[in-house]
Amino acid sequence: MLRIAFQAVFLLVVAIFLLYLWETATDNLRRLGIRTDFRYLRQPAGFAVPDSDFRSSQSLFDAVLVGMQNTAKVALLGIVLATVLGVLVGVARLSSNWLVRRAAAAYVEAFRNVPVLIIIIFFWLGIFLRLPPISRATEILDLVVVSNRGLVVPWFEKVGSGAAFGVVALVGLLLAAAAWLWRTRVFDRTGAAHHRVLWAGGVLLAVLAVGFFATGRPWVFQTPERGELATAGGFRLSPEYAALLLGLTIYTASHIAEIVRGSILSVPRGQSEAANAVGLSGFQRMRHVVLPQAFRISVPPVANQYLNLVKNSSLGVAVSYYEVTKITQVSISQAAPAVQAILVLMAVYLLFSLSIALVTNVINRRLTLKGR
Amino acid sequence: MATRVDTLEPVPAPERPPERRLPPRDWARENLFGTWFDTVLTVVFALVVAWLLYRVGKFALVDARWEIIERNITNLMVSGFPREELWRVWAALLVLAASLGFGAGALAATRRREVEEGRGAPPQRASALRRAGPILLLVAVLLWFAQSLQATLLTVAVGLLGIGAYLLGRRVSLRATRAALVVLAGIALAFAVVVAFGGVGWHDWGGFMLTVFLAVGGILLSFPFGVLLALGRRSSLPAVRVVCVAYIELFRGVPLIAVLFMSAFMIGFLLPPGVDRPSLVVRALIGLVLFTSAYVAEIVRGGLQGVPAGQVEAAQALGLSPLRITTRIVLPQALRSVIPGLVGQFISLYKDTSLVAIIGLTELLSVSQNITKQPDFLAQGLIVETLLFAAFVYWAGAYWMSRESQRLERRLGLGER
Repeated sequence: MLRIAFQAVFLLVVAIFLLYLWETATDNLRRLGIRTDFRYLRQPAGFAVPDSDFRSSQSLFDAVLVGMQNTAKVALLGIVLATVLGVLVGVARLSSNWLVRRAAAAYVEAFRNVPVLIIIIFFWLGIFLRLPPISRATEILDLVVVSNRGLVVPWFEKVGSGAAFGVVALVGLLLAAAAWLWRTRVFDRTGAAHHRVLWAGGVLLAVLAVGFFATGRPWVFQTPERGELATAGGFRLSPEYAALLLGLTIYTASHIAEIVRGSILSVPRGQSEAANAVGLSGFQRMRHVVLPQAFRISVPPVANQYLNLVKNSSLGVAVSYYEVTKITQVSISQAAPAVQAILVLMAVYLLFSLSIALVTNVINRRLTLKGR
Repeated sequence: MATRVDTLEPVPAPERPPERRLPPRDWARENLFGTWFDTVLTVVFALVVAWLLYRVGKFALVDARWEIIERNITNLMVSGFPREELWRVWAALLVLAASLGFGAGALAATRRREVEEGRGAPPQRASALRRAGPILLLVAVLLWFAQSLQATLLTVAVGLLGIGAYLLGRRVSLRATRAALVVLAGIALAFAVVVAFGGVGWHDWGGFMLTVFLAVGGILLSFPFGVLLALGRRSSLPAVRVVCVAYIELFRGVPLIAVLFMSAFMIGFLLPPGVDRPSLVVRALIGLVLFTSAYVAEIVRGGLQGVPAGQVEAAQALGLSPLRITTRIVLPQALRSVIPGLVGQFISLYKDTSLVAIIGLTELLSVSQNITKQPDFLAQGLIVETLLFAAFVYWAGAYWMSRESQRLERRLGLGER
């Protein structure tokens, strides 16, 4: 009885506090003549977003969506690159080669202990914006054009219809899945090596290659051409995007490397010794015994780093990369109501965080050993 | 329940194999040129590392124009702090050094006594000079740029006072909680020295001083909230639990900069009419505390979960009230084990204070950007020098703290049951 009474009082106090905040806020806003609803999202934005089709006559709601897209663009690529770099550095920290080991340790200690914001701003102001203008741009191997307008990398240019190729790609995926199932069945029945990744990947690649030429080469690979004032062809990474991406990648990789190292070290030594005893090679020992167990340990902390990377992508605001935080900041300066705009911003990040947490929880549950 | 029999003796630390001292040639063969692949790796890495060292060294020692740092060292440290009141900062540093030294000395004495009485693990050997390495390097660099006899003498005085207080503390021996109280009192007194009696309010604070203030103030204020939230999350009352979980997950799900925007833009609207909006420093601090509390709560929750259920059951059997069980039995054990986690959170907060530059405070990062716009240094690309300097200052502090925290973790782990 007492417990219920206490909880009721507690909820009441919390509710009154929140209600009080809400009432004061709406009162204050009304007195200042600021709107208190979310209909402002339908107003035209009044600003353009660089490197996108967004026009200033489109609504603020659309602007938030574009911002979310840009956040996803930098976060997804950042996660992939940070994982690759982090695993490499983490494994290098355990190398038997003294120089490799020390170099990896120096990398980790140098970047882990510096604010990510400084790394990002350093890349932006200190490197990318100080590169020569396009008229004097450097070309690396005639493939990448580097200037103060960003990096231009070779990319596929669409020349034909992609629809037919899309059908081919779908067929390829289905065939690859079939090959996967077939090899799994062979493995279950006979115990012969399944090689299902090789088989499925090979089938997919073969179908895609055949389909690419059969549908009349819908894409061509184009290297950027340098002009006097602009570059033609290729895919341009703006200095802002490149700085944010590189900063997030390098910083997060230094954290992932520590997790990878810790996970590998935490696999009991008896496992390695047993693998040696049954005559596995060094590579087989890592591939089949150590890494699978280390992977299982490292999933939750690495997922946490992914979440941090998504949240840190909000630092695009400091380098004028138009992800959702920068969009919010600009729209507030363009007379969008601050309170609502910030609430929308927080809701967007909660959406990102919760969806990543959901995915990694599912993965984690499938990986956790049963019955322990 | 596990059926394993708990031994009462502490588990001995796994013995490290004795270090083998190899002659250089054998050492190199073993560590650098073991296989042909190793040899290739060594050569490639040696070339890359040598090139990087050459570029960085040449930049730092030859190409860089450090004049901008030399001329602005006071700006970088305290920004807009009135120069005629700078003695207050030095006085505060002296107070801090005395209290930190005394607390550390008293704690070390207690630890030594514990070891002599057979409780607690012996400390790992590491020379004081090596442990303080990053901080000494930082101080040396700062004094090098300051090129001021007065600042050097004052720094030496601060150092000597700290060492003297440490030696004094060694004779007193205080328990950890008391030592922490001494340090807290020192921090409060140092704060008062700067602010009180016609001192300088925090709206005039800036530079590295503001960075440190926000980090220390942020973690100290977050701690009580975090403990309450963690207890609430572990409460048996569903209503309390739901509210605490909602708070923690909300603030852990959004980036710090969104919380800072919220506290910078929104706090003014949440106050009743007639109440003045607090200064931006206070609003930033509120944002940092709101954000950090959620993380501290999760760290403390980990510690709470680590307290064996038998402890609570034993306390209940003795007839202690729930409040006393929490404050006398659970929290002391839980908090001891979360210290490394809290230090880690403090390091993050210390690095994250750089974000307040985005909402317009002049802490270290924003000063280092602003000084490149001075007429003497405008448009000369000196941002590289200033950002590297700021990065070094952050790095030295964070690296030092993370190394100390690893030491602490090893020691606590060793002393655990």
